[in-house]
Order: sequence, then structure tokens, then C-alpha cells
Amino acid sequence: MAAIDTARLKDMFGAIAAAIETERDRLCALDGVIGDADHGIAMALGFNAARDAVAALDSSIDPTALLNTAAKAFLNAVGASSGPLYATAFMRAAASVKGKQSLDDADVVTMFQAMAKGIADRGKATIGEKTMIDAWLPAADAAVAAHHNGGGLPQSLSAAVEAARAGMEATKSMIATKGRSARLGERSVGHVDPGAASALIVIEAVRKALC
Amino acid sequence: MQTKKIINDGNKAVDEMLEGVLAAHPRHLHSVPGSPRSIVAVDGPRPGKVGLVIGGGSGHEPTFLGYVGKGLADAAAIGNVFASPPPDPILECAKAVSGGAGVLFMYGNYAGDVMNFDMAAEMAAMEDIEVRTVLTTDDVASAPRAEREKRRGVAGNFFIFKAAGAACDRMLPFDECERIARKANDHTFTMGVALGPCSLPQTRRPNFEIGEDEMEIGMGIHGEPGVARGKLRSADEITDEMMDRILDEMAPSRGDRVAVLVNSLGSTPLMELYIMNRRVKRRLDDIGVEIHASWVGNYCTSLEMAGASVTLMHLDGELTTMLDHPCDCAMFRAG
Repeated sequence: MAAIDTARLKDMFGAIAAAIETERDRLCALDGVIGDADHGIAMALGFNAARDAVAALDSSIDPTALLNTAAKAFLNAVGASSGPLYATAFMRAAASVKGKQSLDDADVVTMFQAMAKGIADRGKATIGEKTMIDAWLPAADAAVAAHHNGGGLPQSLSAAVEAARAGMEATKSMIATKGRSARLGERSVGHVDPGAASALIVIEAVRKALC
Repeated sequence: MQTKKIINDGNKAVDEMLEGVLAAHPRHLHSVPGSPRSIVAVDGPRPGKVGLVIGGGSGHEPTFLGYVGKGLADAAAIGNVFASPPPDPILECAKAVSGGAGVLFMYGNYAGDVMNFDMAAEMAAMEDIEVRTVLTTDDVASAPRAEREKRRGVAGNFFIFKAAGAACDRMLPFDECERIARKANDHTFTMGVALGPCSLPQTRRPNFEIGEDEMEIGMGIHGEPGVARGKLRSADEITDEMMDRILDEMAPSRGDRVAVLVNSLGSTPLMELYIMNRRVKRRLDDIGVEIHASWVGNYCTSLEMAGASVTLMHLDGELTTMLDHPCDCAMFRAG
């Protein structure tokens, strides 16, 4: 399959923004149960800003510059928790593909892994704390494993989606220890983490846009 | 069902509010050119003075921007509704108020705020502005006593910012301003109760559900669920439950002095706040604790949420001096 160029990355941000916009109110409702009900708004603002910022870029720009532009646009539109987390994800993604004009399968998997690592580093979160990391880290691991087993990008990103879905489902039984819902303690049990839910939407949109 | 609001466009609510605030308070406030979410005191920042930058999500008015002015905060960075501002407007605030003596960042302890303010502090360091951070953690309901550093910052912000702002205005050195800010936080205890939800301008849907005869003790100022939900009780019983927890932590001795804040979360009227304040006074009288000063009203809100909080600040000579220090802000004056 063709390598991923900046036009495809622009499409990817468009696809994520559209998917988040569709699910905005559901994400807010999920957040209302254990948080402050604004997660869908923040994610929609951030990805709409990222989509618009990269769409305005000249097509000669390289993936690194495009991803850095997305990071800055997302951060300044949102703030909140998701701002620094996703901005860091895109800045790390940018750094991971520095110098490349287009991305092959291995580059995309590397980029995906860098995003998950960036979110974990910025949020100082680990698996099991009922955050978006419970979707992102297993998804990155699954993508890397599928790639090492000789799978193409569709296999890698499909594996990522399935792992993200399982990770999101797993947050239901977790007690939140990070983020705003941590103050709830045991009352957070039984509810999916909204950050993990939006992570699944993002990862699914990435797969659809790049495969 | 959507809630009713007097807005034009939910996505523009914050910026249109800021436009209105600046129009109403030109003697007190202006924004940094090119950074409309950085609100700075017209009078206050000056060479040699530690700069005080506060900030956080919108929807808590008069927190944060109402406390920007001479004698209190020098600037506030304004976020979207209930969301931390991003680093850029925070950095612009720091640059606008830096008088060469250091800049203090003070805000409620929330994961998003910590990430954005920390990023801004790193950026400020690259511009040779030394930033120190004091998080407010006054909400006793939000974590056990042994984990005070995990607690949320809520209405007690009002006292804590006031004390820190006074220290800065009195031209105290950076170390002293930071010490007094931390001490003010350690001496401030808040407990809240929510009776009904609020709704964000962008969704106009209630942010939580609560039964007609229920209340939520310890609910956060963003509608985060509290520690327990129960049947709605009388003002005295509710106030007692709050005072029990606050006094248990504060452990004041007979003859000690406190400042009192009875705060509406938005739609609870003054009548009910004063009924609560009556009980606060009686409880303090019972144990021989003297009230130095009281504030009753909307000081840290959650949009139109129904409910209230009680905050006590345990005073000593130094904190009393700081509370009594004059300030002149757009939405609050003292002295």
C-alpha cells in the first residue's frame, strides 16, 4: 500500500475530528457520571482546531511539522487535561518521524507507540488507574506486536483498535486513582473512563483514515 | 431536555463574558494585547514585587478574574468552562506581572491545571522568570486528611489568594510570599453540598442527576460527585455536618479566631446562605471560637449549580494582617 503522506495525515485529523464530533454528547454524558461532563467538548474543540490548523498548511510541509502544528493547535484550543496529553502525544509523534517526507508501515507503528508513551509520560499514569492510558498503552503494544509478526498496517491498527476496546472495557471495573474521578474512589467502579472511551474513538478513526 | 441560558453561542460564552467584564471594569482590568484570555490588573504589578498569577476554568465567577486587582492577584489566566487554560495565556500573565522578584502561580489542585501551569512555568523559566507554584487543597471532602496534597481547591481559594496577594502587595520577599501562601492553604478548610446540577453552555444538559429529595455532600465545584449522597435535610443539619468535618480537622482551641465564608455554588440565594451562617455562628460560639470576619455570597460558583459551601480559615496574627490588608479588585474590595 502507498506510504502515508501529509495529505493522508490531514485526512486523518479530519476523520478524528468528525468521529469525536459525532460522539461529543455521549462523551460528555460519560464524564458527567464520574467527572465534570466536559470531556466531549474538550476533545471536539481540540480536534477541530487541529484539523483546521493542519488543513491550512502548505502540502510541501513534512509530517513532523504537520504533527507539531496539530499539537500546538490542540493545546491552545483546549487546555484542560486532554490538551497537554494529546499535545504531548502529537509532539512525540512528530519527533518520532523527524526527517521523513512520508511514512511507511513501520513509521506509523513507531509514531503510534510514541503517542501512547507521550500521554503516559505527561499524565504520569500507568495501566490500571482508570485513564485513557488503559486504552492507549495496550493499543500501542498490540500494534507493535502485530507489526513484528509480519502484519501490514491494517493488521497492526486493527489489533490496536481491539486492544483499545478491551482496555476501555477494563476501566469499568477499575477504581480511579488519577485525574478528577480519583476523588470518587470506589464510586467510580462500574463506569467506563471517558478518556479511555475517547481514546478508542481516536484510534478507530486513525485506522479508518490510514488503512 | 436542554437547560435555559442567556447566551448567544455556547462556544463563544467565555470570550463574550470577558468582553463584558472588561467593558464593566476598565479601571481594574485589561487583557494582554494579543492574548485575550490573560486578564491583568491595571494597578498592581510593579518592579520588585512578587507577581501573583491565579487561574483556572471559567464558570466559577467571581473566581478567578474577580480577584485580580491591587492588593490581591496581579493576573488571571482564563480557561474554557471548567477547563484549565492552556500554557500560552498563563505564560503571558507571568510575563505581564513579572517585576523581577519572581512569580507565584496559585490555582486549585486539578490534574489538568497542574499540567498546563507546569508547562507554562517551564516556558517562563526559559524567559528568565522564576516561577513557584502553590496549589490550593482546601476541600476536606475530596481526600483523607493524610492525603491533603491530593485534595481539590474550592471556595477556600478566596481566603488563600487574599492572604498571598497581600503578602505580595506588601513587597515581601519571594520566600515569604510562598511561605504565607502555603500557610494560608494549610489553615483553610472547605466543605460543600450540592442540591442540583449545573449545565455547560456548550451542552445545556444537567451535568449530573440527583433526586428531588436528595443532596450530595462534598460535591466538587465542577459537579464531580462528592463523598456521599443522602436525603435533603434541614439547614442546621447540613451546616452541622459540614462544621463537624471542618472543626474536626481544624481543631481550634477556645479563644481562637477564624474567618468565615458561606458561599453559594450559583443559584442558592442569600436567604439560605444566611440561614446557614446563623448556624455557623452558633457552632463557633458553642466552642468559644471568635469570628474575625465573615463573607456571605457568591465567591466561588459552579455556573447555576444549587448548593453551598462553608469555609473557615484558622487565623493567627500574620494571616489576620493579610486578610485585613486592603485590596481593590473588579468584583471584591477590602480595607
